[in-house]
Amino acid sequence: MRNTKVVTLEEAIRRSGLKDGMTVSFHHHFRGGDKVVNLVVGKLAEMGFKDLHLAASSLSDVHTPLIGHIRNGVITKISTSGLRGDLANEISHGLLKEPVVFRSHGGRGSAIASGELHIDVAFLGASSCDELGNASGCPRSENAKSICGSLGYALPDARYADHVVVITDDLVAYPNVPKSISACDVESVVVVDSVGDSSKISSGAIRDSKNPRDILLAKQAAKVIINSGYFKDGFSIQTGTGGASLAAVKYIRESMLEKGIKASFALGGITAHMVKLHQEGLIGRLIDVQSFDKVAAESIATDQLHQEVSAVEYASADHVGSAVHALDIVILSALEVDVDFNVNVLVGSDGIIRGAIGGHPDTAEDSALSIIVCPLLRGRIPCVVPKVTTLITPGKSVDVVVTEYGIAVNPGRPEIAQRLVEAGLKVVDINDLAAKARSIIGEPDTLPFGDRVVGIVMDRHGKVLDEIHNILD
Amino acid sequence: MMFVPGNNPGMMADAHIYGPDSIMLDLEDSVTMAEKDAARLLVHNALKSIDYGDTEMVVRINPLNTPYGKKDVEAVVKAGVDVIRMPKTETADEVRELEAEIIKVETELGCVGRTLIMAAIESALGVVNAFEIASASKRMMGIALGAEDYSANLKTQRTPGGAELLLARETIVVAARAAGIACFDTVYSNLDDMETFRKEVELIKTLGFDGKSIINPRQIEVVNEVFAPSQKDIDKALRIIAAIKEAQAKGSGVIAVNGKMVDRPVVIRAERTVALAIASGILDKEEVL
Repeated sequence: MRNTKVVTLEEAIRRSGLKDGMTVSFHHHFRGGDKVVNLVVGKLAEMGFKDLHLAASSLSDVHTPLIGHIRNGVITKISTSGLRGDLANEISHGLLKEPVVFRSHGGRGSAIASGELHIDVAFLGASSCDELGNASGCPRSENAKSICGSLGYALPDARYADHVVVITDDLVAYPNVPKSISACDVESVVVVDSVGDSSKISSGAIRDSKNPRDILLAKQAAKVIINSGYFKDGFSIQTGTGGASLAAVKYIRESMLEKGIKASFALGGITAHMVKLHQEGLIGRLIDVQSFDKVAAESIATDQLHQEVSAVEYASADHVGSAVHALDIVILSALEVDVDFNVNVLVGSDGIIRGAIGGHPDTAEDSALSIIVCPLLRGRIPCVVPKVTTLITPGKSVDVVVTEYGIAVNPGRPEIAQRLVEAGLKVVDINDLAAKARSIIGEPDTLPFGDRVVGIVMDRHGKVLDEIHNILD
Repeated sequence: MMFVPGNNPGMMADAHIYGPDSIMLDLEDSVTMAEKDAARLLVHNALKSIDYGDTEMVVRINPLNTPYGKKDVEAVVKAGVDVIRMPKTETADEVRELEAEIIKVETELGCVGRTLIMAAIESALGVVNAFEIASASKRMMGIALGAEDYSANLKTQRTPGGAELLLARETIVVAARAAGIACFDTVYSNLDDMETFRKEVELIKTLGFDGKSIINPRQIEVVNEVFAPSQKDIDKALRIIAAIKEAQAKGSGVIAVNGKMVDRPVVIRAERTVALAIASGILDKEEVL
């Protein structure tokens, strides 16, 4: 008879040897539907733990209950890629004494692998798991209810944490293969009613944006790609999940069909759009660190050419094998871009944290061509500014900025500017875009930042890049 | 010509980024009674403060026989609008009445003759009087069909094929051509049916219209694609225009291109082809001129 690792959450915590002051980690593959963080931290609070470091791959609106756990001293430090909602708002106003450490996905992977971010106990949600701990984000029984596809962001935790607890709502018979997390890395398995709200884990089918501004930006981004010099047979591509990025894929597809060009692989967060191109034979392989929708999650469960990668294999700066090194083209979004092409995707123009670094600096730096798609204005908020509120992706990594008022090319890439001009695209000076935004909106008031540091932005090489100060009311 | 509600600042602020040939800010049907004054103020300030570049700016005012019409004229002429679109035009006298209102304001400003008029024909009587309306004033730059009111007035309804509009469309094109002005077709409001929209644009191009009214930026591409001349036609038109310039420089009266004599209709068609190529974004205006 095999040993079973299945225990209650309380027993798993007890066996893990967790002590006050240690680091616990989580992944964010269940996105807005995640129940694992709140469940586990709730139990840790109940068991009387204090002064814990919560190291998540990202946190979102659903993690508002952490505010209470910070107030009562259970959590005193956070490392993450992003923060949103009430938690982000409170932290921006100075809720945590110690600054939140923000890392990119690649940066987090590297920090875990190098030991800079040491994880004592990882609590990793899984869509399916057997009694020995072989875990997957794919469904393996009729009872599967919280399906997320790739578990890429959880894999560094599984490999490097001292102690790993898998939490699942679908315990299946051994062997749960193909597996994402190996039983060899797992100490305990906890079965709960639900690890995630499936309606908030991922959206259903492809949704084409009908927003005319998104469509305009997408068409311009597609034209930039097609005329950039990098659009040739065997190219590789990554896109974000914003309306404009997704729509850009649609227009690139038309050009791929027309010119008989095929991509070797698509990387990163994989969406239904990418799956469709792959199934049509236009993209050879899908390298998936995060499956963004049901179509992608279904595809990774069944398609041999759609493969999971860990955050380290995806975007680590210092691993020769990481996929971003081989990436040709990336389309990214931005909250703000400044006249030096620096990008902010984390802190809003109101000084409140409202985003996530994600793979932004990783892909921008390593890709051959990085394109930022961003409207000049969001309502009354200018997105092309003299200086970003917070530096996330340095301008030297950013090649092209696409706005509805024109396309700006980094002066360091004159050959790209020349190709775009020759293709008849409206290439403008980024200073003119910033001036245009000012002419429409006027001069915004200076943000009332305080003296306390509430966040530290690490670059992907492990150095401090910027600080986020508390915002005053 | 893209319709933009005159009570929506967000849409007014960036309507031009989508590249329509002209923008029509609407004070009439898209604005409720309660918002007429606020919309007038918004449109006035939009015209004065937003840089619309080369886009032709049109404002659809309320009819002069409503409490709003004359105030609309005053506000938009003072803001420097290019064209006033008069809704539900039925007679030439109405055009002249509008002209008189415009002159009043322009006289006050010292810029008589600046504002042009477009008349929307939206009833059977308007169609019957189309030529008189089109030729009622030197300020008339175009006439346009408003199909919703027109088909209601005919006691019928709009159909995908547009059979109910055929006489009105042909009459408007003929009247516009006879008067030497432009003509614009009505809107198509089902944004989810781009195929029928494309067929309608193809039809009205064949009938001779200069352009199509649209209600969403997503429709611009289809109109441009349908109206865009082929590269072959553009090349031919450019050769003809170059030959004319050369002949004029030499003082020669007779022009031949590729061994064929070029007469006036050919020149006019060539100029129209080049104008369409510029409007469709295929040719750069500065390169051609």
